[in-house]
Amino acid sequence: MSEKQAVSVELKDLVKVFPAYGTQGDFTAVNHVSLIAEPGEMVTLLGPSGCGKTTILRMVSGFEIPTSGQVLIGGKDVSTLPPNKRNVGMMFQSYALFPHLNVFENVAYGLRIKRIPDKEIKDRVHQVLELMQIEPFEQRMPNQLSGGQQQRVALARAVVTEPSVLLFDEPLSNLDAKLREYMRDELRKIQQRVGITSIYVTHDQSEAMAISDKVVVMRSGVIEQVGTATGIYTSPDNCFVADFMGKANFLPVTRWQPDGTAEVFGQTVHAKPSAKLGQKQPVLMVRPENVLLDENGPFTAKVETATYMGQTFQYVLNCQGTQISVADYRYHTNGVFRPGADVRWTMAEPSLRLIPAEEVKA
Amino acid sequence: MAVKQMRQQRRKEFVMLLRQPGLFACIVVILAILVLFCIFPVLRLLWTTITNQEGHLDLSNVEHIMNSTNFFTSLGNSLMLGLTVAVISTIIGYVFAYAVTRTNMPGKRFFHFMAMLPILSPPFVISLAMILLFGRSGVITKTLLHIRNHNVYGFGSLMIVQTLALFPLAYLNLKGMLESIDGSVEDASRSLGASRVKVFTSVTLPLSIPGVFSALLIVFAKSISDFGNPQVLAGNFSVLSVDAYMQITGLYDLKTGAFMALSILLPAMLAFFIQKYWVARKSFVTITGKPVGNIQRIRDRHIVVPLFIFCLLITVIVIMLYGTVVWISLVKTWGVDMSLSFKNYEFVFKRGMSAMQDTLLLALIATPITAVLGLVISFLLVRKRFFGKKLMEIASMIPFAVPGIALGIGYILSFNTPPVLLTGTAAIIVAALVFRTLSVGVEAGSNSLRAVDASIEEASTILGANNLTTFTRISLPLMRSALFSGLLNAFVRSMTSVSAVIFLVSVNWNLLTVSIMSEIEGSRLGVASAYCVVLMVIVVIALLILEVAVNGEGSRRKRK
Ligand SMILES: Nc1ncnc2c1ncn2[C@@H]1O[C@H](COP(=O)(O)OP(=O)(O)OP(=O)(O)O)[C@@H](O)[C@H]1O
Ligand SMILES: [Mg+2]
Repeated sequence: MSEKQAVSVELKDLVKVFPAYGTQGDFTAVNHVSLIAEPGEMVTLLGPSGCGKTTILRMVSGFEIPTSGQVLIGGKDVSTLPPNKRNVGMMFQSYALFPHLNVFENVAYGLRIKRIPDKEIKDRVHQVLELMQIEPFEQRMPNQLSGGQQQRVALARAVVTEPSVLLFDEPLSNLDAKLREYMRDELRKIQQRVGITSIYVTHDQSEAMAISDKVVVMRSGVIEQVGTATGIYTSPDNCFVADFMGKANFLPVTRWQPDGTAEVFGQTVHAKPSAKLGQKQPVLMVRPENVLLDENGPFTAKVETATYMGQTFQYVLNCQGTQISVADYRYHTNGVFRPGADVRWTMAEPSLRLIPAEEVKA
Repeated sequence: MAVKQMRQQRRKEFVMLLRQPGLFACIVVILAILVLFCIFPVLRLLWTTITNQEGHLDLSNVEHIMNSTNFFTSLGNSLMLGLTVAVISTIIGYVFAYAVTRTNMPGKRFFHFMAMLPILSPPFVISLAMILLFGRSGVITKTLLHIRNHNVYGFGSLMIVQTLALFPLAYLNLKGMLESIDGSVEDASRSLGASRVKVFTSVTLPLSIPGVFSALLIVFAKSISDFGNPQVLAGNFSVLSVDAYMQITGLYDLKTGAFMALSILLPAMLAFFIQKYWVARKSFVTITGKPVGNIQRIRDRHIVVPLFIFCLLITVIVIMLYGTVVWISLVKTWGVDMSLSFKNYEFVFKRGMSAMQDTLLLALIATPITAVLGLVISFLLVRKRFFGKKLMEIASMIPFAVPGIALGIGYILSFNTPPVLLTGTAAIIVAALVFRTLSVGVEAGSNSLRAVDASIEEASTILGANNLTTFTRISLPLMRSALFSGLLNAFVRSMTSVSAVIFLVSVNWNLLTVSIMSEIEGSRLGVASAYCVVLMVIVVIALLILEVAVNGEGSRRKRK
């Protein structure tokens, strides 16, 4: 695949309102979203079902028209440019392969539209099919392929025309866990090799972490936080983000100082306050793997449940009425505790964060 | 939400539409055509009845017609006929549909096919058979029962004929409805201990009420719109569709005819649109998305046997009537010399050849136009957003909803003066055939398109294809079955329609159906029968050709 100049994608104060239907009022699916995907960057939109991810992708591709705000591709406003003229590639959640065309023709479709000579079409299609390792299937119809093969055909079809932007709408959601991981890595490799600016939609946080340069966490049409995967995982801005990116415990804080010194279960700990904390009442966020079972630990608790997960032993502890999830990676040395047992524990202090208290999940 | 924002969004949508000039032009042209051929004629009809010669508003003409007692008698007759036929047809249709969808009755496919027969044949074949069997020289009345001068004409016969001709519509509607009711609801009720009767009255029937209303309204609209059967069989029982025809052809009174046509147009259109937008929306069927295949079919003999006998009885009557027409077509002189001969066919192929050629030619022109236009409109309606979408939807349905007579009168009123001077040409007949059938194609196209994942077409678009390319390379192949059924339907209806074209035929262009009508009027019933048989054979051949085309394609794809 030839190297092409990658372009940036910019969303400026994007709003999408779906008009009232029946007895329901207007519905704001996307609410003042601003975002930049730098040239060659892989940006992931992560959020629960119905938060407006697909709607944003459809505005970038041109299938929906923004109620207000702009979509800029390579610096140019494309808000009223028809989808077929945007030079955007898209991988649909359902793959949307053409059921009446075989694999070769599916992939060649976009090139035929561009009136590329037959010879060149053949070469380029074969090149991509080879890259995706689906060459042997080129004469098959889509319904004769497995899910993973279909998915690769869909990817081949999207990249063969060398679009300047690639959009992925939950491309892996139909695959089983193993294949999903494999395809995820393949996809990332291909995207990096081709260097196309990409926007990737998913509601699977591990997928988002594995694949992206930049993660955008959304809720109900609003961006909650933008950052790198590690940034968001270790320093979430609020409970929603913390809970959506992995698992989190929120411990009640009885007293605290602006520098992050806080009192939890009667003990003093040092945590990093989140940027969004301000004067609000905080909770202490700690991930289950950072809760450490330690016979010298300052805290005590009773084991409520214990679940063997292979890599870890997962416990739910009860500490003064608060439930705490623990993922114990060192159960070989720590030993296994049965429900009802009393344990002592501590926390990995550098990982502690103070974030604004609020209800988890809207 | 801010109205201003919404307006902004509309403006952007419009700008985007303008940036797809092909699509934009297509929408504008189709809208213009629909307005011209679907809405304008009806408005013209209305306009003619409420204005005088000078074109001023003048209701004296209407008043005059209303004051003649005849009008109200006919109106009353039409409505009474419509209601009676609607009720009886719906009952028969329901029994058929219930028997086919809910029991293990033998011969279901056969019954289904026989129920379709009246839909595939010209409307007045059953009327013709009635006269042949029960008329003054009827085979049954005169030859068998020796009744002299039996009067077959009138309400009773008309009611029977329309019921037989229209119950298939009710059947199809109710069959669809019953099939879409999730059978597990009924099974659940049954397993809770309800008897068959209880299940029917407390579950099945209430769930199918919207379907029953649909059937009633559709049959009612078709009955009062019907022209072919009353024209042949009504006798002294006057109905408005025939009156309107008489006023125009007999008395050259276009205004009175127009008004009469309008008086059946309004209730027919009302019934159609109520069915379309109100009853259809009210339906509370539990659609599970998968065909209801695993439903427990009723096997109890005391239920299946009576249903079977009922269906058989109706079917035998239908077969007898059609058989009579075939038989009489092969008889030398009906009522006098009943020996077999091909005399009638010789006559038909000699004298009727030009009408036959004209009919075939016009139908073959109208058919692809109807099918393709129908699919294009359904594509626009289902997949695109644009101004005037509602207008397009409604306009495409109007010619189907209004009585054919009204449409025909509307067409001669609208297109007999420049700028659109079409009377006497083939074009006006083709237009009438196309737009009269269009709605069915749009419906079939929309249904099949809704079953196709929209992202398949979006995938084509995002790969750079414009709307035309996406339509021809992706949508059309995926709508193949709708295309074939659209073609078939358009052809059958073009071959068999009477009312919409009876005013439009001319010395240059004549149609088989109209020839048949005049043979019947001239009491040359043997010839008329032969015409009918020829017409039906042509339709069946078309059906077989399409069947082979579809299946052949299908099996070739499978082998691939
Ligand atoms: N055409 C439409 N008309 C009205 N509401 C819509 C329309 N399309 C989407 N919505 C609503 O907008 C919201 C966002 O939808 P969207 O498809 O963007 O969600 P999503 O984040 O992609 O969810 P998922 O993860 O389930 O795919 C949903 O609540 C949805 O009901
Ligand atoms: Mg989505």
